Amino acid sequence: MFSSCSGSKPMSAAGAEPVLQVAIAAKVYRSKGAEPVEAVRNLAFGVGSGEIVCLIGPSGAGKTTTLRILLGLDTDFEGRVSGAGQAGMVFQEPRLLPWRSVEHNVRLGLLRARRGRDLDGLFAQLGLTPWRGSYPKALSLGMQRRVALARALADDPRVLVLDEPFVSLDDAAAAELRGLVVDTVESARMSVLMVTHNVAEAIGIADRLLLVSKRPATLMANVTLDRPRGQRDRAWAEATRATLAAQHPGIIAE
Amino acid sequence: MGALTRIASLVVLIAAWQFAALEAGSRLLPAPMAVLRFIIQEAERGDLAHNVGITLLRVAISFAVAMVLGILLGVALGRSKAADLTVDTPLLVLLNTPALVITVLAYVWVGLTETAAILAVILNKLPNVAVIVREGARNLDPGLDEMARAYRFDRRTWVLDVLVPQLQPYVVTAARSGLSLAWKIVLVVELLGRPDGVGFAINYYFVQSTDVAAIIGYSLVFMAVMIGIDVLLLQRLEAHVRRWR
Repeated sequence: MFSSCSGSKPMSAAGAEPVLQVAIAAKVYRSKGAEPVEAVRNLAFGVGSGEIVCLIGPSGAGKTTTLRILLGLDTDFEGRVSGAGQAGMVFQEPRLLPWRSVEHNVRLGLLRARRGRDLDGLFAQLGLTPWRGSYPKALSLGMQRRVALARALADDPRVLVLDEPFVSLDDAAAAELRGLVVDTVESARMSVLMVTHNVAEAIGIADRLLLVSKRPATLMANVTLDRPRGQRDRAWAEATRATLAAQHPGIIAE
Repeated sequence: MGALTRIASLVVLIAAWQFAALEAGSRLLPAPMAVLRFIIQEAERGDLAHNVGITLLRVAISFAVAMVLGILLGVALGRSKAADLTVDTPLLVLLNTPALVITVLAYVWVGLTETAAILAVILNKLPNVAVIVREGARNLDPGLDEMARAYRFDRRTWVLDVLVPQLQPYVVTAARSGLSLAWKIVLVVELLGRPDGVGFAINYYFVQSTDVAAIIGYSLVFMAVMIGIDVLLLQRLEAHVRRWR
């Protein structure tokens, strides 16, 4: 169950070459007049083709830092990352342009030359067709998250990177959006890297869990969940959670 | 209701003016009708249109140039710390130099020309625009910038979809406050060194005959033109810019 898989093939259901590779030796925040803060240390993992991987850890553990490094938004670190060039990103806040329509926001997920392409299917699939001309502020948070998801999917990425995409939604809205994500990535054979602190959510949808420690974030465990998603009932989820909690009490609460 | 209140306050204002003029009974405080008579006479002579037109042209040119340069400067200062540190002190000096001093120096150094007049107005207004826009450029949403980088926005997309919409409210504020500033300064510049325009006309009637009806008449007409531009153009622009809120 435990492996740090740096450089080696990940324990992927698909077993193919990883689409996404992360190997961060160290990431330290240095600011004037304050003690340096080590955010990440020796964190290495890969995400295989068609695989859903959830990165789980306590709040403030450097998970978002890891995503920012992966996406090239932070280049001040030691290590190597690759594969994010083909990734679609969904931030924790929807980060839509409030002064542009839903349609315009989604098309900004495409390079300028491809912005005119037909997106009717995508809007229909995410239930956004009636809102294409609306401004984001007219939409609920759940709908705004869908728009952010549509923007990430617009260019048919190979990997979808999600940062806590279901927080601050009510249970029904979160479940609905989760279902949309799973259906979409399964039908498109897309890979997913999702950061979350919601263990139940991760157990529900992930092929593999990466458990990360408190600061500095380091990989504590690499857990493969091989039961097909359709057969994951409440009892199994509870048992899995209990087992994980017993093995990793610092990361997963009882 | 709003329009009614406005009209009522205007009527009260004119009535008070009429009453004060009757009480004073002096040439130095003419009644509303006397001012209106002057406006009509001046319009029939053609002087009114000529002077108001030339002043308006000066305001338009200097306003446009000061806005364009001020916006570019403001964005540069807001985005680059080095540029800000370099230009901040000269900007502060210019901002605190009296309009009169800038105008006199422009006439002394460039000569009593149209160029000097326009230059003086631009130099008076530009720091104002730059400072307001700089504030906007400093307050860009870092989350949206990060999103733009994650999605590899090209430069044009970033400017048109991320930068400009965030600057728009600041630019509109600068334009509205700048327009009233510009025309007040243009009048001073005309008074000091131009042979035509509203500022020249007011000075002419003051020096020649202390014709207060003429002075009030000219300023009323020009004020009406500028308020018209603000209501018909700038306020609509502002509403358009804020439509997504």
